[in-house]
Amino acid sequence: MAGFLQQVVEGLGAGAIYAGMALALVLIYQFTGIVNFAQGELAMFSTYLAWQGVAAGLPFWAALALTLVVSFAGGMLIERVVIRPVEGAPELTLVIVTVGLFIFVNAAAGWIWTFLIKDFPNPFPRGALELGGVSVGFSTLGVLGVVALVMGLLYLLFQHTKIGLGMRAVAANPVSARLVGIRVGRTLALGWGLAATVGAVSGVLVAPLLFLEPNMMGGVLIYAFAAATLGGFDSPAGAVVGGVIVGVAETLAGAYLGFVGSDLKIGVPLVIILGVLLVRPRGLFGRAVVERV
Amino acid sequence: MSSLEVEDLVAGYGGARVLHGVRLSVPAGEICAILGPNGAGKTTLLRALSGMVRARGVVRLGDTVLTGRPPDAVARLGVAHVPEGRGTFMPLTVEENLRLGAFVRRGRRAVEDDLERVCGYFPPLRERLGQVAGSLSGGEQQMLAIGRALMLRPRVLLLDEPSLGLAPLVTRELFRIVQAINQEERTTVVVVEQNAHLALGIAGQAHVLETGRIVLSGTAERIRADEQVAQSYLGYRV
Repeated sequence: MAGFLQQVVEGLGAGAIYAGMALALVLIYQFTGIVNFAQGELAMFSTYLAWQGVAAGLPFWAALALTLVVSFAGGMLIERVVIRPVEGAPELTLVIVTVGLFIFVNAAAGWIWTFLIKDFPNPFPRGALELGGVSVGFSTLGVLGVVALVMGLLYLLFQHTKIGLGMRAVAANPVSARLVGIRVGRTLALGWGLAATVGAVSGVLVAPLLFLEPNMMGGVLIYAFAAATLGGFDSPAGAVVGGVIVGVAETLAGAYLGFVGSDLKIGVPLVIILGVLLVRPRGLFGRAVVERV
Repeated sequence: MSSLEVEDLVAGYGGARVLHGVRLSVPAGEICAILGPNGAGKTTLLRALSGMVRARGVVRLGDTVLTGRPPDAVARLGVAHVPEGRGTFMPLTVEENLRLGAFVRRGRRAVEDDLERVCGYFPPLRERLGQVAGSLSGGEQQMLAIGRALMLRPRVLLLDEPSLGLAPLVTRELFRIVQAINQEERTTVVVVEQNAHLALGIAGQAHVLETGRIVLSGTAERIRADEQVAQSYLGYRV
């Protein structure tokens, strides 16, 4: 039993990171209808910025704060420069633009920082909390805490501020949002900025567990896609729940299904994506498009 | 109080021109009905007024030129457009929909008062403030759309086919409320309607639009009385 709980705890830690990444995907999808394949690479780039800050002698948390600010501005800039010109273009165009962005950011990181792996400092203390035979690492607790904080802040933003209400209005009906006086272009840029910031948090949290290198987010992005699909691509809360489920499912499958082990774990999100699309395409919390007229 | 003046308004979609030089004048505080058959350009006219489609010519509200401004800027100048299809924010609650109508306003107190006022005009909305707007009936959604527009405290209210898809009884009630709003708030109203009879019942002036041109203007009474007009432009006896 303790062994099982131990696996669940590990899964929660991983799941929190997937949840963060999935949340970034969902934020952009809600506002622009774009599935941003470059989300992982943006997070990776942000993580390099944090690493650079630390390497330059900044304390970790100062480097992180700076990274989040730069990521927010960068996300808004990308919306203005890369996405705005293709707004309203067919889906395929948008997919190709984000794939292009993926390749560009990946290559840029390799060019600036080389493809050699780097150690990323773990901001949380070593050691673990022992709870009835289950050991919960401080770094797992830290990850859970940070992700919970980000979710809480986003919830407050969306549900209890005027800007958040405006953002939800734009996601629901951009034409009507414009008619009530909301500056829609600015709101879309804000959405990209937020997504880039949330993604950056995920990148910084996952980097100490992996190694810092330009391709580090590839796997995480696949798990995040599974999480967003499972939760529903138009539901931020769903993305979080989906992330946690995917993280736990992946860890348990790796531990208890002999043939999966650690090599086939990456198959778990793919099975989840396929299963959700077959059984319930809108995901657990997604909105079915039913409207009365 | 400021009147709405439209001069030589030309508008369309892509290469297709829909309005060919529309000229009309709506005195402050009046209800103006735009009548005409399907495809005459009634909806396009409203869209040109609120900046949803690009237009050449001049639209002036008081001393302010509206032409060339994006819809969000026009809204901030006090023009509330209830669009074709009502523009409901489906996944949001009724209250959130209403509050969005006041998005560009400052002054918390006044907005709370207006929320109360709108619920006074439309009592069914009060009972459903916490409900998701997508679950409302067609009539309730039309009330919500007009209520949302009122939350702007608009100088001009643009209504696009408020009767569309509603039962006759509901429509009549809705027009009665629009008239009450106009009288109590002195809001200028431009209403586009297929149901000429109802629109003429509350309007002061009326204009008949045909293939992108105003072919007839006059007081609502005169247009209603003119049998020939009724047959040739409105397609039926009034």
